[in-house]
Amino acid sequence: MNESVSRRRFLSRGAAGLSAVWASAHWPALLAAATHAHQAAKSAAPPKFEFFTADEAKEVDAITSRIIPTDDTPGAHEAGVVYFIDRGLSTFSVDDQKTYRQGLPELQARVAEMFPGTSKFSALKPEQQDEVLRSFDESDVAQKASKPAQRNLRRRPGAQNFFETIRQHTIAGFLIDPDYGGNRDAAGWKVIGREREHMFQPPFGYYDKGYPGWEVAVKEATKEAEKK
Amino acid sequence: MLEPIRYKTTDNVDFIIIGSGAAGGVLAKELSASGFRVVVLEQGPYLTEADFTHNEVEVLKRNQLTNRPDIQPTTFRKTPMDKAKRQRALVYGRMVGGSSVHFTANYWRFHEIDFIERSKVGPVPGANLADWPITYADLEPYYTKVEWEIGVSGLAGASPFDPPRSKPYPMPPLPVKSGGVIFERAARKLGWHPFPAPMAILSQPRPGRNACVQCGFCESFGCEVGAKSSTLATVIRMAEKTGLCEIRPNCYVHRIETNANGRVIGVAYFDKKRVSHLQLARAVVVCANGAETPRLLLLSTSTQFPNGLANSSGLVGKYLMLNSGPSAMAVFEHPLNDYKGVAVSRILHDFYELDPQKVGFCGGGGLDARFDMTPINFATGGYDMGGLPPGTPKWGKEFKAALAHNYTRSLEIVSHGTSLPVESNSFSLDPDLKDAWGLPALRMTYKDHPDDLKLGAFLRARILELLDATEAVQKWASPVEEQDFAYHLLGTCRMGIDPKSSVINADHRTHDVKNLFLCDGSSLVTSGRGQPTLTISALAYRAADRITELARKGEI
Repeated sequence: MNESVSRRRFLSRGAAGLSAVWASAHWPALLAAATHAHQAAKSAAPPKFEFFTADEAKEVDAITSRIIPTDDTPGAHEAGVVYFIDRGLSTFSVDDQKTYRQGLPELQARVAEMFPGTSKFSALKPEQQDEVLRSFDESDVAQKASKPAQRNLRRRPGAQNFFETIRQHTIAGFLIDPDYGGNRDAAGWKVIGREREHMFQPPFGYYDKGYPGWEVAVKEATKEAEKK
Repeated sequence: MLEPIRYKTTDNVDFIIIGSGAAGGVLAKELSASGFRVVVLEQGPYLTEADFTHNEVEVLKRNQLTNRPDIQPTTFRKTPMDKAKRQRALVYGRMVGGSSVHFTANYWRFHEIDFIERSKVGPVPGANLADWPITYADLEPYYTKVEWEIGVSGLAGASPFDPPRSKPYPMPPLPVKSGGVIFERAARKLGWHPFPAPMAILSQPRPGRNACVQCGFCESFGCEVGAKSSTLATVIRMAEKTGLCEIRPNCYVHRIETNANGRVIGVAYFDKKRVSHLQLARAVVVCANGAETPRLLLLSTSTQFPNGLANSSGLVGKYLMLNSGPSAMAVFEHPLNDYKGVAVSRILHDFYELDPQKVGFCGGGGLDARFDMTPINFATGGYDMGGLPPGTPKWGKEFKAALAHNYTRSLEIVSHGTSLPVESNSFSLDPDLKDAWGLPALRMTYKDHPDDLKLGAFLRARILELLDATEAVQKWASPVEEQDFAYHLLGTCRMGIDPKSSVINADHRTHDVKNLFLCDGSSLVTSGRGQPTLTISALAYRAADRITELARKGEI
């Protein structure tokens, strides 16, 4: 399924972009690289949770969805960021488990403090959710100034730390190479305009498209200088 | 192919080389090709192309290829009067191939001025600027040798400021990127002299190695197609093919052993299970980088060498130089897609050699057009600033919109300049903090010389001048600041003629110990203008010639 498609995709696109001579001369290395990508893809996030309970996953998904929201393009939710974080917490990011275990309840406590009668982040309206997150965002000076009431909120250092951690994890899960367990369907790369290729060829962008080559550019520059 | 040789620790091999990076890898190849029996001790793992990924979390956050702050903590202070605080102070490659595996692969030669600047500009207050005991002309054949042997792309004669060279580059420059075109046009408008960046990345295939596939993951990553000319992809393989060189990974060297005659007899190291071994050898070459080389000498004290091995001058670890230079970002109307291709495609050296009388400081530098930020780094900031304009919200709708708009449209201009040698800037042993092996941690002491900061301000102004000559719709520059983090580790066991004012002689032999040689960034007497790797490898080729001659004459 997924793996074989990505392997084929890698091989065919890679070879198509290059001359036949190159491809045949370098086939073993190309194959090795592709096999490698294939193995990595195999370890992609499974559609079940290893660290979070279903309830926690719902809350985490809601938080990531405000960090990178869905609008006319996909957001953290569509990129499956919650799965990336879940898998990270049981593998490469084990050290952050405590941050989540302590921080999430603290964040919910602030939800209740700011919106009495609600105890879950996911139950809030998007604007209210943003308000909760903003209360943890130390870089958001303007916001703090305009909402003096928030200064009276109880300090929650665990949630503060949690917010910064989940912010970074969300961005990582949205933008990492899809071969490594996040950024489902390369949703994040589609948003930022990064093509999902392993090999590129010039012209790369708008400004090198019409470049005449070094020699011609030098000649043109010399002529220009003589005119002056 | 020959099965790589394995020596016993009790085999008295000809040479132990500590470290396998830009210098160690070259020496391993040269000495084994000359018929010597060589053991290379490398603290990191032996990874190969198949192990390299684009996994930003593994590589950038979990230090797959670099030193590990969790088990190798470091401290930092600005001056010897301060108490050092624990913080990550440096990054270096920790694997076979060292930093040559993950570096960006900018491959500038030093110019003539870098070897004779002291004679040319006179003394600089607050610095101990010195001439090298060798000149550019002495090193030129070795620059050429590196370029041809490992494979460097570039265009000889394209820069009027280039020093003389005996041979052109072995292959043409890599393709220009949109950022390079913008840079080239703007620089020409200003009457400057942009040229194709020389890069240690193949633009044409070589036996067993692919040409660059323009994947864009050069800086911080290993090249999975073997196009980056690391020592891993080049000379280390040649060394193993001689049948005389053993590359022994996962060996953390903690002491160089000497005998009553003051000669080195071998090297003590911890294996992967932290069991200590003593490998015997007739001579030792330390190529552990400008931080770990002085640390190892300072760790190797004895009654005969109470201040550390080869440290009669007291200068081991001193005169640390990091190179310096601010950078700027700019955003353009149309997509550049500079995430594709190698990091840098155009540079300029118009400000390499400046007149101190005119500019009011000693130093010089170069500029490059680059994009070296991975997607996550662009969005969150790596060691430096991220790629988004200051003041951009860090999450939410506006953050996403900025990311979506800027990622393909951004360009970075980076300056690279001199650091002057200041005696108090150093690596030393932290008196309190220990690493996971119980050894004193590295302590970095560093405060930029005032001239380095003036140079930074000068280069920053040139960057903004260049960006003013483009059609950038938005631009912002990083401030000129004192540094507290090291990428380039230079000058800490400087080369010289006088044993009182230097640690090694022009043959890379320590003044104090006849069969102990040092060769890496620590050997540099001046910092150049920001891209030291080619010079480190060229020095290693030259050192190998010198050491081979001494060995054949029975003078080691």
